[in-house]
Amino acid sequence: MHMIQNSAARRDLALGVIVVALLGAVTAAFPQFARPVNLAEILDDSAILILLALGQMIVILTRGIDLSIAANLALSGMLVALFNKNYPEAGVLPVLLIAIASGAFLGAINGLLVWRFKLPPIVVTLGTMSVYRGLIYLLSGGTWVNDNQMSPSFLDFVRHQVLGLTTLSWLAIAGIALAALLMRYTVTGRDLYAAGGNPAAASYTGIDPGRMQCLAYTVCGAIAGLCGYLWVARFAVAYTDIALGFELQVIAACLIGGVAIAGGVGTVAGVVLGCLFIGIIRNALPLIGVSPFWQMGINGLVIVIAAVLSARRREDKRAILETSPA
Amino acid sequence: MAAALEPVTAQPVLNLTQVRKSFGGVHALRDANLDLYAGQVTALIGENGAGKSTLVKILCGIHQPDGGEILLDGRSIRVRDPEHARRLGINVVHQECVVFDNLTVAENIFVSARPRKGRFIAWSEMRKRAAEILRQLDVSFSPDTPAGQLSVAQKHIVQIARALTSQARVLILDEPTAALSHREADDLFRIARRLRDAGCALLFISHKFEEIFALADRYAVFRDGASVGSGMIAGTGSEQLIRMMVGRSVEQLFPKLETTLGEELLRVESLSREREFDQVSFSVRQGETLGIYGLVGAGRTELAQCLFGLSTPDAGAILVGGQPVSIRSPADAVAQGLAYVPEDRQQQGAILAFPIAANVALTNLSTLAPRGICSRERESELAHHWISALGVKATGPEQNVGDLSGGNQQKVVLAKWLARSPRVLILDEPTKGIDVGAKSAVHAVTSAFAQRGNAVVMISSELPEILGMSDRILVMRRGRVRALFNRAEATAENIVQAATGA
Repeated sequence: MHMIQNSAARRDLALGVIVVALLGAVTAAFPQFARPVNLAEILDDSAILILLALGQMIVILTRGIDLSIAANLALSGMLVALFNKNYPEAGVLPVLLIAIASGAFLGAINGLLVWRFKLPPIVVTLGTMSVYRGLIYLLSGGTWVNDNQMSPSFLDFVRHQVLGLTTLSWLAIAGIALAALLMRYTVTGRDLYAAGGNPAAASYTGIDPGRMQCLAYTVCGAIAGLCGYLWVARFAVAYTDIALGFELQVIAACLIGGVAIAGGVGTVAGVVLGCLFIGIIRNALPLIGVSPFWQMGINGLVIVIAAVLSARRREDKRAILETSPA
Repeated sequence: MAAALEPVTAQPVLNLTQVRKSFGGVHALRDANLDLYAGQVTALIGENGAGKSTLVKILCGIHQPDGGEILLDGRSIRVRDPEHARRLGINVVHQECVVFDNLTVAENIFVSARPRKGRFIAWSEMRKRAAEILRQLDVSFSPDTPAGQLSVAQKHIVQIARALTSQARVLILDEPTAALSHREADDLFRIARRLRDAGCALLFISHKFEEIFALADRYAVFRDGASVGSGMIAGTGSEQLIRMMVGRSVEQLFPKLETTLGEELLRVESLSREREFDQVSFSVRQGETLGIYGLVGAGRTELAQCLFGLSTPDAGAILVGGQPVSIRSPADAVAQGLAYVPEDRQQQGAILAFPIAANVALTNLSTLAPRGICSRERESELAHHWISALGVKATGPEQNVGDLSGGNQQKVVLAKWLARSPRVLILDEPTKGIDVGAKSAVHAVTSAFAQRGNAVVMISSELPEILGMSDRILVMRRGRVRALFNRAEATAENIVQAATGA
């Protein structure tokens, strides 16, 4: 590959080796772990995280951050749960469209605030995170939507199996493929990297970094909206606090996957591996008799170790002296 | 149209007439006129702040002019944005390198015109065409290299390569050699000549006269945002160009006080720091103001930062009051009676979000809070004293520094240091970007400080300030001391000559 001299590709490779080694180690102790059924379960379990992390990656690439991603998911999820409760005969297609549109709308609000008012992304999304959570309460009156209030098609869509994998897993796979295509082979994708890598240079070459940020938030929001439906259908319940705090796990997956919080650096492969890493640990811990509450600690440790390893002091070389005499 | 009557060859590719631009009441360009011809290199010459960079930004669509006319091939144009400029065939190699460190060379070259197959980027074609352009330019690096691994010179070449992806009518080189070695600069000139011979109109912005005479066919001189002369380089001498650059109609008034020189306060002997400055020696006495002049990048700020302990010298000695001292941190420097007012007032000088009182107190906490407990009253008292002593225009000690004008911010930074009663005050571009009234107030303060038996080291790029305020003037170029003038013998011409190496 031409890209192998790129440090991001090297990091992806290293993380891939770690994930495979991890899988191998757990399998050595518990052979049933690598059974296709169990692996399919891990993928199903990680699918929403993967989709969300891909959205979050696009935002972080452009030097933003979306703290409202889980609140957006919860609000969009509640919206479609209520829609399904009131119009159970409408089927899944309108549900999907509403979820994506609602998520994109909420994401675009973030994007416009960041772009048009030049507000710091962390402030904007911290604010909208609370607002979106509050809106769920207003929308639902604080009540739950339970599985007996959801139509069978609404619930079954995510569970339907094709070739041994659930629709949810297939959606994640499709998301990965689309994201890889977008980020590498389209002008928009490359502009996203450019805008985050060096905003000044981007505007000098005619790319508007603010516009790219707004686009990133909208795409991320649309994904969060879709995941809202997937989450509600998978867990068969909708209430105010679903996915509470999940945004931190999404950001953790991105960071483990090598996305630079300073923007401009990050790959689809890295993010997917980061999610699988979290997914494997989460599924393996109960097997080896460790409380899943260690999960957060392990995630944190990996982030810190990765940060230490990639922190290389760059000497600021200011060349003023003539190197060859006049 | 008059231009149509002239022979075709004499028609400029790009013609600017009376272009104007101001920022918040400050005129960056008042009356800019410029002609660029196909197959010729025009050198744009002017002091720092003459309006050269503003002109470049107008030509590449980053700024919109307030007035005047720009003609491209005789047709009036308005450059909307950088993308539009590129489509018009106007390409710029910017002074500060604008490449994307995380992207490959190939992608950097094609960043605004990526070759596509349908809706998707054709990476192999991009790589092939980038390799082709790099071969044309006769350079050795591969199109797959991440741009972050390139040297500054190579990054400039990537920017030039960008211009070659489309029909470049006009190529602007904005001080491309500022950070380059001679050999790297020669490489760049070879490429520039090749483009010129291919019929491109080049605008070359540089402070270095040897380069101007080596590369340019024509010159255009700007001063204070207006064109003051243009013509052919052949038959023109550097003295003539310098006179046009610095000649000022209005002599600004500088309130320099008469002082008597006393003992030596600071002596620097053969101070060197790799890649920054080399073998710098000077001394400054009680009552004296030593001006340090040089172009941007001459190593003056690096020297000042080293004196103040922000970096450590590789070799040489610093003597304070005749005693050699070791300055390893700003705290050491302060303990030796040094004070440093940095160039970037807003980032390094003042804390904008703090009130005046807190800013002034910052350097004086040891006296204000001897047992580590701050006293609002004492802080406020001190601030009151300095607000009236320096004539800071503010509502009171509690006003945030960020709400003050640039000149008054600078007075607060000065107050912060003067309150400590230092012996040597190092000023780095002390009046950059502040209005004339505040300028002379700052000069009055520093001059009075010197008169009280202290010393001032003043780095400045403004010739009138250097000439008006200094007792002696040290000129640096590329990290070395090139000349030292007494007040009586210093003229704008000999200073600029020493600074540019003309």
